Amino acid sequence: MNTGEQTTASARRIFRRRILASAALVAPLVLSACGGGQPGGAAQPGTPGAWYLTGGSEPVFDASFEAWNEAHPDRAFATESFANDAFKEKIRTAVGSGQAPTLIYSWTGGTLADYVANGDVVDLTGKVPALESRALESVLSSGMVDGTLYAVPNNNPQPVILFTNEKLFEQVGVEPPTTWEETLDVVEKFEAEGVIPFSLAAQSRWPLLMWIQYLTDRIGGPEVFDAIAANEPDAWSDPAITEALEKIQELVDAGAFGDSYGSVVADNNADVALVHTDKAAMLLQGAWVYPSFATDAPDWFGEGNLGYTAFPDVGGSGDPANIVGNPANFWSISSHASDEEQQAAIEYLDEFNLNEQATRDLVDNGMVPATTGAEDLLADADESEYLTYAYNMVQDAPNFQLSWDQALAADQAQELLTQLEGIFQATTTPQQFVDAMNATIK
Amino acid sequence: MATTSTSAPARPPKPLTSGRGTRAADGPSVWMLAPAFAFFGLFAIVPLLGVALLSLTHWDGLGSPSFAGLENWTTVFTNPVTLNAMWLTLAMTVLTYVVQAPVSILLGVFMAGREKYRAVFSVLYFLPLLFSAAAIGIAFKALLDPNFGLSNAFDAPWLNRDWLGDPQLVFYVLVFVISWSFVPFHSLLYQAGVKQIPASMYEAAMLDGAGRARTFFSVTLPQIKYTVVTSSTLMIVGSLTYFDLVFVMTAGGPGNATRILPLDMYLTGFRSYQMGPASAIAVILVVVGLIVSLLLNRFSGADKMESQMEGA
Repeated sequence: MNTGEQTTASARRIFRRRILASAALVAPLVLSACGGGQPGGAAQPGTPGAWYLTGGSEPVFDASFEAWNEAHPDRAFATESFANDAFKEKIRTAVGSGQAPTLIYSWTGGTLADYVANGDVVDLTGKVPALESRALESVLSSGMVDGTLYAVPNNNPQPVILFTNEKLFEQVGVEPPTTWEETLDVVEKFEAEGVIPFSLAAQSRWPLLMWIQYLTDRIGGPEVFDAIAANEPDAWSDPAITEALEKIQELVDAGAFGDSYGSVVADNNADVALVHTDKAAMLLQGAWVYPSFATDAPDWFGEGNLGYTAFPDVGGSGDPANIVGNPANFWSISSHASDEEQQAAIEYLDEFNLNEQATRDLVDNGMVPATTGAEDLLADADESEYLTYAYNMVQDAPNFQLSWDQALAADQAQELLTQLEGIFQATTTPQQFVDAMNATIK
Repeated sequence: MATTSTSAPARPPKPLTSGRGTRAADGPSVWMLAPAFAFFGLFAIVPLLGVALLSLTHWDGLGSPSFAGLENWTTVFTNPVTLNAMWLTLAMTVLTYVVQAPVSILLGVFMAGREKYRAVFSVLYFLPLLFSAAAIGIAFKALLDPNFGLSNAFDAPWLNRDWLGDPQLVFYVLVFVISWSFVPFHSLLYQAGVKQIPASMYEAAMLDGAGRARTFFSVTLPQIKYTVVTSSTLMIVGSLTYFDLVFVMTAGGPGNATRILPLDMYLTGFRSYQMGPASAIAVILVVVGLIVSLLLNRFSGADKMESQMEGA
């Protein structure tokens, strides 16, 4: 009996301790579940925060915020950086729950329009005059929704460029194509030599967009997609879209992408590798792959084998100087931030964002800044020839079309990627594509 | 416990006031389940109710959800992409089961033998279980790369297929990789099951003149009946949640060729930001998973769990 009672007492003590222990374990979980986490680790109110992406212009942001924090220790920014996909999922949840950092990093387009519609971001019109005067105008306009400025550029324009393997072009004895006929001719020549004409990372899906974006723009001009982005009924039925899709299938049939592009992935630069291992002759990709060539294949790159040119003129009504890609990344200010936080963010944007120092840092990191008057800086850079080319391409472009998956609403963008994959795999006809995409217009 | 009572006599024993104390002494109190229940409630039941509620709303992750009635449910059951995803999930369940079950049973029976070399093989077969799904996915993706993968390394042009990019082929490639990664686990279950069978039964079978095949079908298979049920339940219910491998290897593509239901839920919710339909799909997955495991248990009579040893 005695033993039994003793056991009970100690069992109860243990039990009570366990309850306390588990309560202690659960409590922070419950609290953090309710709180949704503090933005950017900014615990006390009045501390502004900013999230941005790892890689690319990360060191430029690091340096820029460090400079601000040194000058304003009382209003220092708490910063945090994330990988691309992780960031995109996290930021939407944070904005949706009113827990976003003060500065919201975006690609503008459909996402920014959603933020604006929900009143999540601040109207910046007239609040950052100094920044407005130094940013490239064509890039700045991407941050506007219905003529109101809600986002400002913070790094480099990323146009899509046609990269060429000059070694292979020399071997086969052809020139980079400038028209549609030349393109088909070049494809045929490389095909015959057992070289993949165009390296294409179709498994990653988004590289497919560059083809339809350029073809549509060259054939019908930017108005075609403007109508789509404005959700005009049956906007996808524009003949320019159908013609672009037919041209894509013409390329596929001609073997322009080889026969196993469906397994090529862009994340690990497999499409870049096809070019610098001399398996493929050309690559239509964003300007951001240029440094990848230099780091992945320094010998090949050092021999001057990498060429670059504009997307061919396919003989439509679009200006062949138009470009597609990402005009830049952008900062918006969260409307859920306190007044002091918003004020700090506005001052940061006007004085520090894309200022002289940040512009120089961008160039030093091999990127073209989204600012005016950077010619001299670019001329002194290591890769000045390429950087100047890309810079002029952006400055001279009558239209810079934002990547369609960013410009459209998220659900439309996903359907577009799926349908486009069908076009490249020849499992979807242009008509089916047009019908499916028209159905996404609300 | 009895030893602690002699070493801790500091406090006088309290008299028993009710039957509670004696019950606790007999075994662990039901209250010991409380932390587990709290966690289960907090992290399983509450979110589940939340998802069920979300499935009745329109919500894109921004702003606040608005009530939508049963609209999402009709969307889900009429949307060709989701219907295709249901079909693919069913096909995936059946195919992976058909591939995995026989291979696992045969491997498990083989590994239960007593020769030393079998231990070496067992270790080899066990290897896939040590890798995370993400690692397996990335490794296979690299191996199957048509330009820089196996075909290039071994100069084997016949291996140069568009394994993950061909809509006809990719589904079977996934069935293979999934089976490859899960067979070791189920073999392990069968190995344990077979080792439980008394040697006397095999001796009796031998005396009766039964051959290898006859012994397998008349002794081994009936004796591991419950292992088959357990393993089948895990395989079938598990196939409803295949996500990581498929996500890493194809992300549902090309087109919708490998967009199985869990992936459809994820892509609808976190890529298209349509939380309502995504929640409806999640509820469907929970309900189907529950029904399947209940049916399997009922159908097999495993709830009785009588001994298999007697009357052999």
